[in-house]
Amino acid sequence: MALRPDLATIAGAVPAGARVLDVGCGDGELMAALQAKGVDARGLEIDPANVTAAIARGQSVVQGDANRDLADYPGDAFDYAILSQTLQTTERPDRVIDELLRIAPRAFVSFPNFAHWRVRLALLWGGRMPVTRLLPVAWYETPNIHHVTVSDFRDLVGGKGISVEAAWYLSGDRPTSDAAASWRAEHAIFLISRAAS
Amino acid sequence: MASMLHQIQHQSVTIRAPLPLDSGQRLDAVTIAYQSYGTLNADKSNAVLICHALTGDQYVASDHPATGKPGWWARMVGPGKPIDTDRFHVICANVLGSCMGSSGPATPDAITAQPLAMHFPVITIGDMVRAQAMLLDHLGIARLHAVVGGSMGGMQALAWTVHYPQRIASAVVIASAARHSAQNIAFHEVGRQAIMADPDWQDGQYYASNRAPAKGLAVARMAAHITYLSEAGLTEKFGRRLQARDIKSFGFDADFQIESYLRHQGLAFTDRFDANAYLYITRAMDYFDLADPHEGRLAGAFAAAKDVRFTLVSFDTDWLYPTSESRRVVQALQSVGAAASFVELSAPFGHDSFLLDVPALDRIVAGALTANI
Repeated sequence: MALRPDLATIAGAVPAGARVLDVGCGDGELMAALQAKGVDARGLEIDPANVTAAIARGQSVVQGDANRDLADYPGDAFDYAILSQTLQTTERPDRVIDELLRIAPRAFVSFPNFAHWRVRLALLWGGRMPVTRLLPVAWYETPNIHHVTVSDFRDLVGGKGISVEAAWYLSGDRPTSDAAASWRAEHAIFLISRAAS
Repeated sequence: MASMLHQIQHQSVTIRAPLPLDSGQRLDAVTIAYQSYGTLNADKSNAVLICHALTGDQYVASDHPATGKPGWWARMVGPGKPIDTDRFHVICANVLGSCMGSSGPATPDAITAQPLAMHFPVITIGDMVRAQAMLLDHLGIARLHAVVGGSMGGMQALAWTVHYPQRIASAVVIASAARHSAQNIAFHEVGRQAIMADPDWQDGQYYASNRAPAKGLAVARMAAHITYLSEAGLTEKFGRRLQARDIKSFGFDADFQIESYLRHQGLAFTDRFDANAYLYITRAMDYFDLADPHEGRLAGAFAAAKDVRFTLVSFDTDWLYPTSESRRVVQALQSVGAAASFVELSAPFGHDSFLLDVPALDRIVAGALTANI
């Protein structure tokens, strides 16, 4: 099965031999792709059925909650932390980002862009919280409690002095430009690195 | 009765080398009874050691010689099973201090030829593991593909990673803990006191008499058995239903099904277990605390085990070895950078879930054993 476009982007960007923690690793799809290229990948996942599936395929995954259990990992335990499609579900995304960059000097963070034009139109014309391909769940039952836009994310990491080493913006499975990302990106992936202290 | 128990012949090896014990005492020779399944491959890299629980034994996948019942983990171990004996050479040894052929309180004294009874030294989980290592030395197995255990078996698996991290690739620890809690010790003490309060216990010197503390041992088993189940499980299985009667007797017969069940469990246990062995093994579990030699820092115990792959499983209805104890181990492993997997599975059977039909556990054990092949 083809890897989800944002996961394929991350899998392509992690160098072989790196030590990686995939936070919110699901059933281990990305970890499997990473391991295939010689990455030492471990996972943290909240859903026990997903954890079971990942362990059953031979992966090292701990059942836990990104809101609390990142604190159990020592500093610099990994080369990269990965948080894909999970930031917007956390209680305090800002603190989760701090934790990611404590555990690893670099982190990949991907999220659905809430400023995509379809979302904007849905709010502007429909006057309702959008239900789109990447945000398929109604407002009252969505796990996405902290919707975030490309601009919001840039502001947050900028304010923390965190550097953006690379960014990828996807519209469907096609890349879109940095300048148009705010409107056109359904999905954003940032590679961020710890602020120099 | 216990006297018949000791007449069963077990496959065993006697190793005439001293085993220094944590207590400071030592055993001059150690007999270890064991069963093995599947074929050891040419480079001896497919050995899996299964560690049994308190009242378990080496008959993990073969019929029990005293009861005739199938092996206690026959659902997990065998050809095509999660611990696949077509693939792995599986070894299961009766723990030191037990009563199924390994050295324990029923072992005769070298000089007097009388059972040692309470002269057998108090042993620990670490001592059990050292005895298993002696067995593996004897069998010429330098390194284990995996060590697997539930409950006290999980304690041994953890102790293996602490004492012999270079000798194991992977450890699977189910419904277990790195220490015995006050509550765990408390339940064990109730059991021991029940045995020692039985006049037939005779300060442990009952082997030559025609009396054994079956009543005390049965009560110990009844109390312990409750701790292996969950309240919801008990309610579902027994509720307040009466046993083979329509009305209460207003007496002290086993009116309720749960009473009848526990009495049966207690009595049946005395056919297959020795009361002194129960004292010694529960004591070993009570002394278990891997953090103790490291000023209470569990991570210190695992400092040398960072290259072992760990898989831990707890069950949501297990209040004897709750998820918090497994998490404590996982946190310690993460702090030393060991590859650790952990999941809390949902199962209705309480602590006993590790022995019962939990399909997710089967998939996890199979995955953990095939991860690095």
